[in-house]
Amino acid sequence: MSDVKDFFVPVRPTWCVGCGDYGIWNAVKMALAGLDLKPYQVMFVSGIGCGSKLPDYTRANGYLSIHGRPMPVATGIRLANHSLRVIAVHGDGDGYGIGGNHFLHAMRRNIDIVDIIQDNQIYGLTKGQYSPTSDRGFVTTTSPEGAIEAAVNPLALALAAGATFVSRSFAGDLKHLADTIMKAINHRGYALVDALQPCVTFNRVNTYDWYRQRVYKVEDETGYDPTDRMKAFAKALEWGERIPTGVIYQVEGKPTYEDQVPAMRAGLLVKQPIVSPRFAEEFEALKDAFV
Amino acid sequence: MPLNDMTFIIGGEAGQGVESSGAGFCKALARGGLHVFGLPDYRSRIRGGHNFFQIRAGTRPLYSHGGPPHLLMALTEEAVLRHREDIPAGGGVLYDPEHAVDAGWLKARGILAFPVPLGKIVKDAGGTRAMVNTAALGAATGLTGYDFSKVASVIEDNFRRKGQDVVDLNLKIAQAALDYVRTTFASSFDYRLEPVSGPPRMVINGNQAFCLGALAAGCKFVAAYPMTPSTTIIEFMSARAARYGIVTKHTEDEIAAVCMAIGAGHAGVRAMASTSGGGFSLMVEALGLAGMTETPVVIVEAQRPGPSTGLATRTEQGDLLFLLHASQGEFPRIVLAPGTVEQCYEAGIRAFNLAERYQTPAIVISDEFLAGAIRSVEKEAFDLSEATIDRGQILSDAELDALDGPYRRYQFTGSGISPRAIPGHPKAVYSATSDEHDEEGHITEEADIRTRMVEKRMRKLEAARQEMRAPETYGSPEADITFLAWGSTYGPLREAVDVLNRSGRKANLVHLVDIWPFPGEKVVAPLSRAKYIVDVESNYSGQMASLLRMHTGIVVNARILKYDGRALSPDYILAHLPEEVK
Repeated sequence: MSDVKDFFVPVRPTWCVGCGDYGIWNAVKMALAGLDLKPYQVMFVSGIGCGSKLPDYTRANGYLSIHGRPMPVATGIRLANHSLRVIAVHGDGDGYGIGGNHFLHAMRRNIDIVDIIQDNQIYGLTKGQYSPTSDRGFVTTTSPEGAIEAAVNPLALALAAGATFVSRSFAGDLKHLADTIMKAINHRGYALVDALQPCVTFNRVNTYDWYRQRVYKVEDETGYDPTDRMKAFAKALEWGERIPTGVIYQVEGKPTYEDQVPAMRAGLLVKQPIVSPRFAEEFEALKDAFV
Repeated sequence: MPLNDMTFIIGGEAGQGVESSGAGFCKALARGGLHVFGLPDYRSRIRGGHNFFQIRAGTRPLYSHGGPPHLLMALTEEAVLRHREDIPAGGGVLYDPEHAVDAGWLKARGILAFPVPLGKIVKDAGGTRAMVNTAALGAATGLTGYDFSKVASVIEDNFRRKGQDVVDLNLKIAQAALDYVRTTFASSFDYRLEPVSGPPRMVINGNQAFCLGALAAGCKFVAAYPMTPSTTIIEFMSARAARYGIVTKHTEDEIAAVCMAIGAGHAGVRAMASTSGGGFSLMVEALGLAGMTETPVVIVEAQRPGPSTGLATRTEQGDLLFLLHASQGEFPRIVLAPGTVEQCYEAGIRAFNLAERYQTPAIVISDEFLAGAIRSVEKEAFDLSEATIDRGQILSDAELDALDGPYRRYQFTGSGISPRAIPGHPKAVYSATSDEHDEEGHITEEADIRTRMVEKRMRKLEAARQEMRAPETYGSPEADITFLAWGSTYGPLREAVDVLNRSGRKANLVHLVDIWPFPGEKVVAPLSRAKYIVDVESNYSGQMASLLRMHTGIVVNARILKYDGRALSPDYILAHLPEEVK
């Protein structure tokens, strides 16, 4: 059995004391250990932001990319080696803002990647500007009169884009978050985990208490059916006094992108011979097509 | 009677099959042992407008388009109006009399008029308007006396997948047009073509040749967003992906394309992204990512005239200095600029080897002219035995098993190259990061590590510089005129040099394929003997001349620059020689 300690590296995070990133970091490691995954079987891909440093602090394969681009990097890795459990982990600015286009397309192609968004409704590392998930009226250094734009609704977007697993959890509820991430990893296909996460330094509105007063678990609701897309839409639209968490939607049995790529049926791309033994013969035929 | 030395133009609207019939006729000529060069000229539209395809045929290898058209196959009135001024006396225009063509204008200039009722021939045979180009091919075959069986064999190959009915119908149309021309005009056209003996030759363009190289190199992953003139690369590879075990991905944008290729490269497969200048502009930030994480990736940039959308379907060499300097910060990159289809094939192989050997991005820069122009070339020119695959320093499973202590992905080494481990091995667990990092890959801001890591990366550039190839010198060793060029202008310049040397002048060409790291000493060697250097480029500022001066101090004597979006031709170069060497 693997253990949370297997993912330990002797590097101290740069995160502020009390940051929600710690909760997400611990929950991710709990989920990996809980699923008996080893560091070499996992590939974290992140972008830029406080939370995107997570792979640097975790013993596992990692690739810390550039702002907004973890999804395409992760997709390339996954297509080259689909034995790796690929987990993208990045913030709400990275995933829903600058990387928004990749977010939409990753969902509709149902690539088998877990996409954990550290959603703190603010830009932390650049010291406090409003983010795509900031509520309207949110006052920051770039929205001194309050944010004018409506916030992105990641869950509704995900449902509309055809995501096959849509979930939300809260960094202040380690067990629920770890449990949700485990479900996401076990899901075949794209899996969104919108991880609500207080920024203790720059977001004085969406605090631990603010979230605790609002979040509830759909698992606790009798009769909630996460396979019902229309009901999931209704849940996704809830935000404010009550914020749903848990697996909002999941449909199983849909083919993943990887399932449908002919070249990948012969096994891992990275393990296939660089040129086939028959290539010399085939090459003549390739050339003859031009004669 | 000029035999086996002529230039055709087939001109019509987009959608009339101008390019496919032009390319088909080239193939038919090559099957008859003739050398061909074919240049498509098209506009950024799907239907209408004026497209044309220029074909040169001869008995010696051809490297360029150029020269006046001896026969114009006009599918529209506009085609006649656009090209008639270029036709020499004794040349001809083949057109459908249903178009209002001024035959008197042609006759007054000694140009022969060949009205052929192409539309009626197609209709009588039971064909559709889209088959008029087939009729034109048949008619041209008849006028030049060429062997119809060669044309017929290409028609069969091209239409086979549409079914035997379509093949038969097209053959019937071509034959009918040929018969009409033979009956009506007998042998009134002076220019003749006939098969000669020769080895089988391929008729291929730069993008296709590059793809053959990439296949031979074991490229396993191709990502792209469609953009002229690079699109045919992902199309070619996609059509063969299932057969050759390649994953191709048409992505949501060029940023995704290059990032996916970087991800695939990081995971251990040979990966590339293909694009044009606009797409490359979007890829720039990720280029630096690959440089920083030392990820091998190949990027093909087929240039078109900019800035911005520019001339979407035309050619230019305006991106050289941009490519060499794109991205913030400094890191090693490799830049190759093939000039011929043979060099495109070779670049397809070399780029992957160089990218993996130096664990850094390798960029192949071409342009619309090289990407799209077709040339006949011996099959042997694409030699698989030269396709040596060198993946550079990759740790084997056994080496990793024996590893004592943590794996240091970015180990400081003398060459700057750190042995690479493919993710997935228990001992090869590490994080790559776009931040500055230490030997194990962890983020660091320590000044001394930063300094040493910059130097480690840049040492790779110096190592790569040693293996960059010298420019090719073509022509007279004791030249009075030395042309300096890079990339696609090789062909037109080679022909211009031949013309000058045949006329008693002494000219040569110094042509660079290996551009970065700039092989300074190897460039100085041939140029130090030059008496008069003329820089020839398809751009406004003479970017290679600037690069040369920056890295060697050599100042060129003159420049021939063209930036109208049309490829340089031998005629243009010769007509624009500086006064000093005219």
